[in-house]
Amino acid sequence: MYGWKGQILRVDLTSGAISKEALKIDDMHKFIGARGLGTKLFYDEVDPQVDPLSAENKLIFMTGPLTGTLATSGGRYNVITKGPLNGTIAASNSGGSFGPELKFAGYDGIIFEGKADKPVYLWISNEKVELRSAEDMWGKTVPETTDIIKEVTDDDAKIACIGPAGEKLVKFACIMNEYNRAAGRSGVGAVMGSKNLKAVTVRGTGGVKVADNAGFINAINDARSKLKAHPVTGAGLAAYGTNVLVNILNEHGTLPVKNYSEASVYPNAEKISGEYQAEHNLVRNKGCFGCSIGCGRVTKNHGKYKGIGEGPEYEATWGFGADMGVDDFEAICKANFLCNELGLDAITMATTLACATEMTEKGIIPRDKSDLGWGNADTMVEEVRKTGYREGFGDELAEGSYRLAEQYGHPEFSMSVKKQEIPAYDPRGQQGTGLNYATSNRGGCHVRGYMTAPEVLGIPVKIDPDNTEGQPELLKIFQDLTAVVDSAGLCLFITFGIGLPEIAEQYRTATGVNISDGDLLQAGDRIWNLERLFNLKAGFSKADDTLPDRLLNEPLKGGPHKGSVVKLDQMLPIYYSIRGWDEKGVPTGEKMNELGLA
Amino acid sequence: MDKIIVVQPEKCTGCHTCELVCSFTHADEFNPNRSRISVFNYDKIGFSVPMLCQQCGVAACMNVCPTGAITRNATTGAMEVQDSKCIRCKMCTIACPFGATLYDVVDNIVAKCDLCGGDPACVKLCPSGAISYQEANTASLSKRKAFAAKFKDVFEEVG
Repeated sequence: MYGWKGQILRVDLTSGAISKEALKIDDMHKFIGARGLGTKLFYDEVDPQVDPLSAENKLIFMTGPLTGTLATSGGRYNVITKGPLNGTIAASNSGGSFGPELKFAGYDGIIFEGKADKPVYLWISNEKVELRSAEDMWGKTVPETTDIIKEVTDDDAKIACIGPAGEKLVKFACIMNEYNRAAGRSGVGAVMGSKNLKAVTVRGTGGVKVADNAGFINAINDARSKLKAHPVTGAGLAAYGTNVLVNILNEHGTLPVKNYSEASVYPNAEKISGEYQAEHNLVRNKGCFGCSIGCGRVTKNHGKYKGIGEGPEYEATWGFGADMGVDDFEAICKANFLCNELGLDAITMATTLACATEMTEKGIIPRDKSDLGWGNADTMVEEVRKTGYREGFGDELAEGSYRLAEQYGHPEFSMSVKKQEIPAYDPRGQQGTGLNYATSNRGGCHVRGYMTAPEVLGIPVKIDPDNTEGQPELLKIFQDLTAVVDSAGLCLFITFGIGLPEIAEQYRTATGVNISDGDLLQAGDRIWNLERLFNLKAGFSKADDTLPDRLLNEPLKGGPHKGSVVKLDQMLPIYYSIRGWDEKGVPTGEKMNELGLA
Repeated sequence: MDKIIVVQPEKCTGCHTCELVCSFTHADEFNPNRSRISVFNYDKIGFSVPMLCQQCGVAACMNVCPTGAITRNATTGAMEVQDSKCIRCKMCTIACPFGATLYDVVDNIVAKCDLCGGDPACVKLCPSGAISYQEANTASLSKRKAFAAKFKDVFEEVG
């Protein structure tokens, strides 16, 4: 088989039974892999009403047909489950080398079901697969766990694991692989913790073949040269990592400050920028498996938060920085390092802290709970640690901003959509981003349809971010294309420099599947609709396709977009219509037939 | 003039692209385990080191080979394995101090970097310039020159 391995593992944690299953060709062709194929398997097997932290929920690791090949940034895997933060379909993806190693071991993915009665980890060494006790590493951090497992299995093994946060069922715990890469959002790490599954360890020595060697290498050379020549993928991301966005978004007036309560222009942005990081803290650039962009940063702190780690990514920098009124870059790095070590989603961690800080400053959360305050970096760092272990006030923060704010009677201070926090881009100055947040299938999220690209960066075309016209049409294409990219096993960042034709050509030559560009994009549409169907059956409705009140009704207080709110009601009906959904946001029978989902 | 592959670990991002290209070129599949170049990542400090055959002047692999299967390509300077003469005794894999000759189980061959006949595929796709193909007798010059520039900066400051 080309591209795919055609085989997955099924691990029943309750009984300990492990089996190997063939994937269905029709499913692979219709849902591609990774996010799409994982969602299809999940949708067929799991009741959408399931309690995310119960044994009945399943947890699927899935790679794409291009994972582990020379494809453009083709090192990714997805984790699909029902997420505990908000109960939507979760597809959280990560880079590094874990996904490729799973392919080299001979598997496209793994389905975990049930719940182990004691902590375990899975050890995959090619065809040999076994569950082993993880009791001696329960309670350990991500680096400690990784080191222990390497010691007892294989130094070259690739390890995806949870830290204390996942064990303690922090609602936004993530899954970390190779110390620093994260399947970050939706709380997928808590699902792993609820199943007593501490880690998945893989060593594979096989290979991945493609259908048309000459065609594939031509497609790769073409796509890679375009990425190299593009100012974002060839220069900006390589030079400054994702933090290149700090100054850009600040200048654009959409870098949110203090839980979106002020103008989205941060006076001290320069001190937390990618440029500042490169000058003061950068050790080296880091690339995920097979990546020619290399946006990863190895970062070193020199002062009181001395240490070395990876990141922070732009959204974490913004969250622990501008959103918290903090301009101490090393404190931001420290908070991010802690998230990696404890296994916390840095976006939800930071934004939950910002929500808690605003409520503390307003006197809603009593001072004896925490002395969080704008710009109080030391408390921020300490609260991250406490959240990872659910200590003290950290136990309340561990529930995420929505539950926290609701508990104190003020859900309006949670800057979230469908209870998941939105990151780093004020949609009051990016109308399309607002629509993306409102309609994202996993709740507040920027990478389901990254409208900042056209609205701010002018990629692939510059559009007026204050005008709603044309936004729904463009967003649908972005969402569908993103689903294709995620499902193929590629990194979304390639879409700054290449588009559907280059991606489709890689897919065709690798898999040997003869499919038009348009039909591949339709597979993205199909995946999007299947996620939507899951959410509808899980109880979500049109009422949930909305934004925090602040973004709809509190005009921006300054900057280039002063006076703006998100005009969601102008965009949403048009979006539903071009999606082929009725006025309640439900896919029509005609649409279901068109996509082969009926 | 012989050219050599120059490795600069400080530039390596640890992306393994070289392994993918190498195994695809020589083994028709993407498989780091069958690549003749390997990258080792030290994730906790963010350091990566590519390792491959150094095409030694005094080559242990050649010297230990009982059948004379390993010879130097006069044009490229690469130590090459003549498969028809190789008896798979694997002595070369033991003798090489860098582990740069390997026994490929799938194809039942002894494999090592052959500089792709003078146009190494890994170099062409390395995204960070961590591996480059340079004239042997000037390869160190660029490094020396870069260090000289530091001296120049220091003297400028104190002067």
